Amino acid sequence: MSSSTTQAPVARAVASTGGQGGDTRESLSAAGRVGWLFITPNLVGFLAFTLLPLLAAIAIAFTSWNVVSGYSGITFVGLANFAEALGDGALWAAVGRTLLYAGIGVPATMMGGLGLAMLLNRDIAGRTLLRVVFFLPHVVSSVAIGLVWLLLLNPDSGPVNAGLRAIGIDAPPAWLVSETWGLPSLVLIAVWSAIGYNAVIYLSALQALPVDLYEAAAIDGANAFRRFTTVTWPALMPTTTFLAITMTISQSQGFGLITFLTQGGPGEATTTVSYFMYQQGFQFYRFGYAAAVGMISFVGVLLLTSFFWRFQKGRGLYT
Amino acid sequence: MSTLQTAGMRHRRWRRHGGKLGASLLAWALALLFVVPFLWMLSSSLKRNIDVFSLPISWLPDPVHWANYADVWIGEKSMVTYYANSLIVTLTGVAGDLTTSAMAGYAFARLKFRGRDKIFLLYLATAIIPAQLLLVPRFMFFQQLGLYDTLWALILPGVFTVYGTFLLRQAFAAAPDALGEAARIDGANEWQVFWRVYLPLVRPMLAALAIISFVSTWNDYETPLVMLTTPSNFTIPLGLTTFADSEGGISAGLAMAAAVSALVPVATAFVLFQRQFVAALAHSGIK
Repeated sequence: MSSSTTQAPVARAVASTGGQGGDTRESLSAAGRVGWLFITPNLVGFLAFTLLPLLAAIAIAFTSWNVVSGYSGITFVGLANFAEALGDGALWAAVGRTLLYAGIGVPATMMGGLGLAMLLNRDIAGRTLLRVVFFLPHVVSSVAIGLVWLLLLNPDSGPVNAGLRAIGIDAPPAWLVSETWGLPSLVLIAVWSAIGYNAVIYLSALQALPVDLYEAAAIDGANAFRRFTTVTWPALMPTTTFLAITMTISQSQGFGLITFLTQGGPGEATTTVSYFMYQQGFQFYRFGYAAAVGMISFVGVLLLTSFFWRFQKGRGLYT
Repeated sequence: MSTLQTAGMRHRRWRRHGGKLGASLLAWALALLFVVPFLWMLSSSLKRNIDVFSLPISWLPDPVHWANYADVWIGEKSMVTYYANSLIVTLTGVAGDLTTSAMAGYAFARLKFRGRDKIFLLYLATAIIPAQLLLVPRFMFFQQLGLYDTLWALILPGVFTVYGTFLLRQAFAAAPDALGEAARIDGANEWQVFWRVYLPLVRPMLAALAIISFVSTWNDYETPLVMLTTPSNFTIPLGLTTFADSEGGISAGLAMAAAVSALVPVATAFVLFQRQFVAALAHSGIK
């Protein structure tokens, strides 16, 4: 700081004459300027692309507006969008499907991940390579994954159904194009993609567990099941909570895979809340309604995750 | 007594080896579930479309049909444009994200200025907002700015991330104060303190953020889906979907060649730096 070196004699002079405030205030404001200079690029972007859109999303939820009416056609409608949402049977059906989708998908992913992690935590051959294999779907584009599953699950010629027919199942499911199996197929693909990620998170938590706990449990004569329920599971509670929250958010808010694979169909069999919102906003251009649905869905997820948070309190090993 | 002991030890050793063998076999059997779709993708990408679904599955294509890759790269439905767009968006986005996040993270952690903590609280409050909720207003905003259906609509939101700022703030906050003070006494200015003293210290976290930002931008499908309409602006994920209407085996081989081409950069980087990748992405909790 060249400025402070040139000012120093003056400041000393001021200090020696009994005035103290001048120097500190001045250097504070100089430091303040530096702070603002450093933060400004990010802050401008944050205001423009996060905070402003967030406030706008809240405001839009109270308006009626579509792309045809233009910006002058935005009208304030109060709670009308929220009232419409409450009475919208299609939305509530989508809520049910989302609860089913996440309600099966999230626990299945987490339990599968924990099982894999416990397996990988043992002394097994080729552990590093296995970790790469299980984790790979997580780093790969969801569209590439969707594309391969679209072909694998093709009802007529796909290898999955060819295999099922070979073992004597004459009428295998039509998977993604079936009313009954559409949603389970999507859950299957989502679980398949995320299980390795969950396994890796659980694995790193398992590796951080203190060995002496297990030794103590072994001395007490606890069998493998007791060791799991009394030591492993409580000690993993923070990890479980973290995964429950992030998985719930990602599985309930994402609409990419559904848009690509089923477009919410057949019929509305795979229309979840997030796809419903995408449809209202970007296919029907009902921006006001889409924003209201998005807010309702977000508040719902928030309530759900705060429930997880409360549930785990007092059940962990270290709380 | 000694024979008993050795018998017991042998038994235990056998159990341990047996356990290892069993666990290894189980793990590798499960691994097949994750590898097979990728192997099928790779194998099908080298087959003629009519051979993709032929039974029994022949994992080694015969004859090897390279033409799918030729079509995907230099043919009518070339992916070159999608690739170029993805590279532009990802490289600009990652570089921008690292720059603004490092500067802001440094300011939040190590510089004192009025309103700092309040602004940081504001950042934190928006951290859990899912990007999907912001799509409608961002769409409007970019339309107003004339940036709708341009790559800017994908790049800009990725350059200023709350997540990156938070990650680097934590890293800068963990660095010792004394280093900066010593540098200031030696006459370094504020930029030099940031650039020469503290930035090198947080290099591991910068690498982690670069990986997270690279993977999520390269694979992002929802943002381009909403923001782009002109095929020449498509990034790879959106470009890939143009191969999807080819169900029923008409151009399944082509679609798989496109999928393989799309995932090669990320998969290669992942295999090379797998330890860093796993650590970074496991830390992030996002995709």
